[in-house]
Amino acid sequence: MGYKAKFRVWRGEGGDGKLEDFTVEVNEGEVVLDVIHRLQATQAPDLAVRWNCKAGKCGSCSMEINGKPRLGCMTRMSTFEESDTITVTPMRTFPVIKDLVCDVSFNYQKAREIPSFTPPSDVRPGEYRMQQIDVERSQEFRKCIECFMCNNVCHVIRDHEENKTNFAGPRFLMRIAELDMHPYDVADRKDAAQEEHGLGYCNITKCCTEVCPEHIKITDNALIPMKERVVDRKYDPLVWLGNKIFRR
Amino acid sequence: MERHEYDVVVIGAGGAGLRAAIEARQQGKRTAIVCKSLFGKAHTVMAEGGAAAAMGNVNPDDNWMVHFRDTMRGGKFLNNWRMAELHAKEAPDRVWELEAWGALFDRTRDGKISQRNFGGHEYPRLAHVGDRTGLELIRTLQQRVVALQQEDYALHGDYEAYIKVFAECTVTRLLKDGDAISGAFGYWRETGKFILFDTPAVVLATGGIGKSYVVTSNSWEYTGDGHALALLAGANLINMEFIQFHPTGMVWPPSVRGILVTESVRGDGGVLRNSLGERFMFNYVPDVFKDKYATSEEEGDRWYTDQANNRRPPELLPRDEVARAINSEVKAGRGSPQGGVFLDVSSRLPAAEIIKRLPSMHHQFKELADVDITKEPMQVGPTCHYIMGGVEVDADTGAASVPGLFAAGEVSGGMHGSNRLGGNSLSDLLVFGRRAGAGAAAYVDGLAKRPVVTGVEEAMAEAVAPLERASGENPYDVHHELQRTMNELVGIIRKSAEIEEALDVVEKLKERAKNTASTGGKIYNPGWHLAIDLRNMLLVSECVAKAALLREESRGGHTRDDYPVMSAGWRRKLLVCSTPPDGAEVTVVEREQPSMRDDLLTLFDRGELAKYLTEEEMAEYDAALAGPLAAQKRES
Repeated sequence: MGYKAKFRVWRGEGGDGKLEDFTVEVNEGEVVLDVIHRLQATQAPDLAVRWNCKAGKCGSCSMEINGKPRLGCMTRMSTFEESDTITVTPMRTFPVIKDLVCDVSFNYQKAREIPSFTPPSDVRPGEYRMQQIDVERSQEFRKCIECFMCNNVCHVIRDHEENKTNFAGPRFLMRIAELDMHPYDVADRKDAAQEEHGLGYCNITKCCTEVCPEHIKITDNALIPMKERVVDRKYDPLVWLGNKIFRR
Repeated sequence: MERHEYDVVVIGAGGAGLRAAIEARQQGKRTAIVCKSLFGKAHTVMAEGGAAAAMGNVNPDDNWMVHFRDTMRGGKFLNNWRMAELHAKEAPDRVWELEAWGALFDRTRDGKISQRNFGGHEYPRLAHVGDRTGLELIRTLQQRVVALQQEDYALHGDYEAYIKVFAECTVTRLLKDGDAISGAFGYWRETGKFILFDTPAVVLATGGIGKSYVVTSNSWEYTGDGHALALLAGANLINMEFIQFHPTGMVWPPSVRGILVTESVRGDGGVLRNSLGERFMFNYVPDVFKDKYATSEEEGDRWYTDQANNRRPPELLPRDEVARAINSEVKAGRGSPQGGVFLDVSSRLPAAEIIKRLPSMHHQFKELADVDITKEPMQVGPTCHYIMGGVEVDADTGAASVPGLFAAGEVSGGMHGSNRLGGNSLSDLLVFGRRAGAGAAAYVDGLAKRPVVTGVEEAMAEAVAPLERASGENPYDVHHELQRTMNELVGIIRKSAEIEEALDVVEKLKERAKNTASTGGKIYNPGWHLAIDLRNMLLVSECVAKAALLREESRGGHTRDDYPVMSAGWRRKLLVCSTPPDGAEVTVVEREQPSMRDDLLTLFDRGELAKYLTEEEMAEYDAALAGPLAAQKRES
């Protein structure tokens, strides 16, 4: 049941480039990444694309397909009409290196700025005891495959380059929530979430949750609870009063 | 050209590479991690089932001796027994350590790490997180590297003072000073610029070779780079004929053919059926395993709730047995419509339980194949998954025969013998990743002076050649032909005429690969990268085929149609591959495997050993049993 599909693919290095038109064979059951690979093998051997597992587990092949952030390996061709022209472009929030490949180093810098897991000093390996119900909250966030599409789609940085220094993006705000909810983490993360990593910039439009290929409820389960924890601390009248009295 | 000095350079950033790098850095060595993909994307993320470690959390009868025995049985006693011993003893500590670095495994009711059943493991043994254990492992190790970088930042004001990740960077040659390693040469994938590492110690942790096959669960990175780098540097590869075809890969749609369906499906109760609806695995229990597996469906089903009084269902035989059985059913015309067999969990567990235990399988089948595994069976068939063979190393230190060269994880050979048990890979890479990192650190401490880098010009000329040819072969075509050849001629069932034919094709492809031309520039050019990787894939394919031709028996991941029986004489023989520095031709020689230490040998029953060992070796066993050591053991 093969057919010829019309593809428009972003080609170019650095800031320069343009959409190039291709007509390419598509077979039953294929995904967008298969078609990109066929373009490489038959028409454009130097077409740059990142990929690894081809099963939605590694988060390498993030791209924008008809303007929507998607994993190329999990976007089936059968979701399009045969007459559709499919436009494939790199993620918009990060600088393009070549074709569909972006410089995602922003994400690795932010990862480094979040203080690591901090266990109590008196628990030795092998002595950890946790209940399943207590680890499940953080486990949901650890399903993250770091495709960085949540950071790509977040308008705080997608449309405002200037916010990048002060905003870790949904991925790493979720990482803070993950650690804050870890049964054995003893670090205090609430002030830093707000003041250093920009939790306050998030106005819960849930774009990140919508694009998450792992269906993690980033906004509802990580960002909003984290905001509540910060608020409890910062604006709780009792806490405020206590601070006034005891900090003198 | 960019040049960096390090104490230890680790090539590969999967579980083994990261664990090795963490160890080297913890021992105070300036450490580089070089990887072909982005940090955190390595093939380890695809491991699903879990990490095998005899913690005894679910069944207190489990211990390292039971795990050791299972590992040796799984590998049909060809394993390097010292590696199997270290692995079984140290795996629990390596798993517990991950927890102290932030990993969140699934729990038992009393709050310990939960453990699940898996093929070939006598007790529930796999620490896991649903069916995404590999992701948890890689993320935990990645975050441990970041934690160390944060420590260094606090002390030295530089995150990368002692450990740095060179992501999207491919090493094409190891460099030497006389006999010893002195550096590594490669290129940045993003820019095409060359990079030189000046280092006395290299740890190879590059994983496997699956991209030499069409139907594989492996990603593009698995081009046998470490295997080839080691060969070209003068090290030996062993056991290259043993390739694990995982019994359950997806078979449809064609574009996802080979993608892994975790063994946990069977560990958690899933069953295999043919087109007649029969649970055919009951017909395929080999003699060596007869007394360990259930003989009726009722007994097999009871085992899930009462392991003390029942034997395991044969769906949980080691992977080589299950893969061959599926292959036979399909060949006999009892396959599923799309050329596999049925794997059904929908009639075995409630839908909510399936989604909880197997979330990524549920997701994967729904998204890629329109199949809801809570309502209908999956169709599955064998897929090239893992190579047991690899760099011959010292069990305790991971050192190869070339001074300064170390290897850990899938790229090393010996640990798994002729067949790896599921779950033993994640624990292998933790145990031997750490040991190789420590081995490299100790080696550097013992050096009187730093070796000098040589051979840079030649390495550069080799790497740039495909770009400089104006016209020539399309590297994608050469790759596809190699994949088809290995799949069809040196696959799950082998015979001498077909292997010889494959070797002829490989010879021709070697010539064609020397004449590839890559259009485009040096910046992120996949066609060029593939042209460079071809050398490695062809070298390892030659090793696999030549060793497969020589081994005239069937054992584990090597099945010969013309020699269908396992031979005790061959059990003692390792096939050792080597090449000259130009990689012109692979030579394979036989070498005798050393006898197992007495205290390990006597962990087995005489009756079981007699199925594997020669009469001469059995005499050694009897002597060991009569010796003082065994007497001590009987008393205790």
